Amino acid sequence: MVAIIQYNAGNVQSVQYALQRLGVESIVTDDEALIRSAEKVIFPGVGHAAPAMKYLRERELDQLINSLKQPVLGICLGLQLMCNHSEEGDTVCLGIFNEQVRLFHSTDLKVPQIGWNNIYDFRSPLFHSLTENDFVYSVHSYYASLGNETIAKTDYILPYSAALQKDNFYAVQFHPEKSGPVGETILKNFIKLS
Amino acid sequence: MDNSKIPVQRGLTRRIIPCLDIRDGRTVKGINFESIRDAGDPVELAVVYSEQGADELVFLDITATVEKRKTLVALVKRVAEQINIPFTVGGGISAVEDVALLLKNGADKVSVNTAAFKDPALIKLLSNEFGSQCVVLAIDTKKEDDGEWYVYLNGGRTKTATKTRDWAKHAVELGAGEILLTSMNNDGTKNGFALDITADLATRFNVPVIASGGAGTEAHFKEVFEEGKADAALAASIFHYKEIEIPALKKYLQQQHIPVRN
Repeated sequence: MVAIIQYNAGNVQSVQYALQRLGVESIVTDDEALIRSAEKVIFPGVGHAAPAMKYLRERELDQLINSLKQPVLGICLGLQLMCNHSEEGDTVCLGIFNEQVRLFHSTDLKVPQIGWNNIYDFRSPLFHSLTENDFVYSVHSYYASLGNETIAKTDYILPYSAALQKDNFYAVQFHPEKSGPVGETILKNFIKLS
Repeated sequence: MDNSKIPVQRGLTRRIIPCLDIRDGRTVKGINFESIRDAGDPVELAVVYSEQGADELVFLDITATVEKRKTLVALVKRVAEQINIPFTVGGGISAVEDVALLLKNGADKVSVNTAAFKDPALIKLLSNEFGSQCVVLAIDTKKEDDGEWYVYLNGGRTKTATKTRDWAKHAVELGAGEILLTSMNNDGTKNGFALDITADLATRFNVPVIASGGAGTEAHFKEVFEEGKADAALAASIFHYKEIEIPALKKYLQQQHIPVRN
């Protein structure tokens, strides 16, 4: 069973449908016991960092997430909230990854980045059987910079962390649930993690 | 796809977006916004397009009546269950509750048109509530004899005195995250996209522009990406009737050094 964390940021339905297509059972919940006992946890998110962190703190979901022992996958805003700090609303985040989340700045490229871009430099079983520069779908104005925990990169305005990993915590900036067969493979790889 | 001769150039790609016009749960296509033909089951078509490498899909509901709108939500749910690429839903959206329901059922973005023009605050409400990234402003535009592009409403039936550039500027300031621009002069002609107004909006604003109306050949897509500076190009009938197939179109664009997802 996969627990998808329910909170005030985002559209979790697509993640659940994606798992359903893989034949994986999931539940959307904010119940501590259910989340703790799940084999895998997905922390999705679309929205603004500040109200999302506020919501998580008020319900002590922040402490719950940080203390999880099973594989956890953050998606999009989920990845950003798992970093130290986000420039979006000058928000202190969960601090799982030792990274800063910054706003893209460009005079010629559009912000947010919307669409399909390459991922490369894989350093995790999450990308097992994928090919360097495979395409994934992203929608975001903020990014996590490169660091020791970077397990895949994408270039937009600058190279940034397309994915991060520390211990049992994994996170991707793009949307695997919307990234066609490549995204499906990544979700499958996550489900297979032990 | 054999692209061994093409050097890897990483970066954001241009998007190819088939559009499905929906009426009473079926796909239709208006030629010059009139004389509609049936082009099949939308979910079936959506699956085919996503397997062929479409980057995104747009569903425009042209169902006239409120009671039939419920079929749209059911359709959105079926589409979301079956495809794994992003999709936008539009047509007659005028309230935050409509949008909440569509997003909850799995739509990634919604497009607003006439209702947003009549009440621009809708754009702000939607972008505050759901984020700019899911608010697409659809504009139907027509070039008049004075050489200016004007906004049309109600599926192209009602002329306004507002210039397209002015409305787009206002809407972007209010929080529209993307512009879906349909040229009525070009739509259905198969003579190519409206390059001038597309380039004007695409270079003026910091949001992506989806060009729509006029696609007839593969070269038209190259033009709209190069000269029109479009971030994405949308077409309907040429895809529905297989006059152009997406894998061949993408191969052509790659050969022309336009970055597309393979």
